[in-house]
Amino acid sequence: MAALLEVKGLKAFYGQTQSLYDVGFEIPEGGITTLLGANGAGKTTTLRAICNMVRTDGAIRFDGKDIAGQATEEIVRLRIAHVPEGRGTFTTLTVDENLRIAAYTRKDKQGVKDELERVFGYFPRLKERIQQQAGTLSGGEQQMLAIARALMLKPRLMLLDEPSFGLAPLIVVEIFRILRRINEDEKVSILLVEQNAALALDLATHAYVLETGRVVMSGPSAVIKDDENVRKSYLGY
Amino acid sequence: MEQFVQQVASGLANGAIYACVALALVMIYVSTDHINFAQGEMAMFSTYLSWQLMTWGMSFWFAFIVAVALSFVMGVLIERLILRPLHNAPVLSIIVVFIGLLAIFNSMAGAFWSYLIKEFPSPFPKSSFGIAGVIGAHQLGVVLVTLIVLGMLFVFFRYTPLGLAMRAAAQNPQMARLVGVRVDWMLALGWGLAASIGAVAGIMVAHIVYLDPNMMGGILLYAFASALVGGISNPAGAVAGGFIVGVLENMVAYAGNQIEKATGVYIIGNGEKLTVALIIVITVLTLKPAGLFGRVVVKRV
Repeated sequence: MAALLEVKGLKAFYGQTQSLYDVGFEIPEGGITTLLGANGAGKTTTLRAICNMVRTDGAIRFDGKDIAGQATEEIVRLRIAHVPEGRGTFTTLTVDENLRIAAYTRKDKQGVKDELERVFGYFPRLKERIQQQAGTLSGGEQQMLAIARALMLKPRLMLLDEPSFGLAPLIVVEIFRILRRINEDEKVSILLVEQNAALALDLATHAYVLETGRVVMSGPSAVIKDDENVRKSYLGY
Repeated sequence: MEQFVQQVASGLANGAIYACVALALVMIYVSTDHINFAQGEMAMFSTYLSWQLMTWGMSFWFAFIVAVALSFVMGVLIERLILRPLHNAPVLSIIVVFIGLLAIFNSMAGAFWSYLIKEFPSPFPKSSFGIAGVIGAHQLGVVLVTLIVLGMLFVFFRYTPLGLAMRAAAQNPQMARLVGVRVDWMLALGWGLAASIGAVAGIMVAHIVYLDPNMMGGILLYAFASALVGGISNPAGAVAGGFIVGVLENMVAYAGNQIEKATGVYIIGNGEKLTVALIIVITVLTLKPAGLFGRVVVKRV
């Protein structure tokens, strides 16, 4: 299978500080890949680098085309949906507006309408809250809103930054179940960054382990999961 | 009683002008966290443009529309050419740029059109417009035009995709980029709209205060006050604040007159309107720092 996203020799900098050194990975079309690692390993930065939200150097190819250096909003328009750390809720807008803004770049009105219905199929709770100000939603609901908003872009690739962060275990399980359905039903490829390695390895087919800005380990999830050494030294469980 | 009603009515007319300028200030503030000190002078310049178009033979309303459109372009260009390169500059540099713009527009207007005070026409016919004994033709017209403009803006921001994109860009620019909104252009559009609203205010008020390069100085001050009273980050609040400040200042003068009539002692009158209005503003802000309709923003540290 051809790689949908191909990253090679990726470096990233915050001001003078380099936080990624030579990160490389591939995301197969239609698959779920996870980036694991401890705090500060560079997981979030990697996602931000893909969308050119930090100063970056290296090759990033999406669907065979070089996208490195393009403006964030242009990269998004290639249908790469980024669900950022902290969920990026437009707190003063309503749930409805949060969803419609994500369809802003789409021209097909009917398609957007259908999308909205489909999204509510995954997240019926959002439909109940449709006119509510998004800032008043609970953490779990805001995470659902963030994923729903990403779906409104009709993405080919979804970048998810710690969707489990700060949520109750039951909600996390629910969200991960929905992510699997989204991947299967919508044929959306997913790149998942997670602190919770056990959960991520269950969902993903492939895993990359980052340490201080470098990929130190990669392989099928099952292999990584069963490797005692990797688990102990990098994933800590 | 009749005098009281008239004072309220003329307060509403002034308030409409303050509301427009306050709204222009707030629009730029919410998207950039900067107060555009040149907003008033830009409006003055737009008013001169409309005056120039009229002396070239255009009708009032045609000149009005062309001047508002030109102001939009002017606002967009200022953002793109002057402020965009400064988007990472410290706040102080940007304030200096705003003050520079203020001086530039003021002296350009003086150079092109001289500092002599000019009369400015009213498009509202005295005979058929206005309500005798309550509100004058021009005052009523100002209120109506302002309400129409505000209504159009409300519909634009509330119901159109572009309006939604502009609100999203103002609220959370980084996330707006992540849904594909071209945030830089939204800022430029915001500047264009602010300049247009200012132009409407300038053209409407020029008949009352006469046309001269310093005509907007006091009005900008009132507009600041209005925006602050209403809550600097709340557009609807700024509009309400405009009307409140407009009526308030007339009430102060009216009360002063009544006191003078009753007791013969002069305490306050027209001359102290601005002072008293500003004292009230300071009082409001001391008691309610976020303004009457503003939300208290709690920042996590």
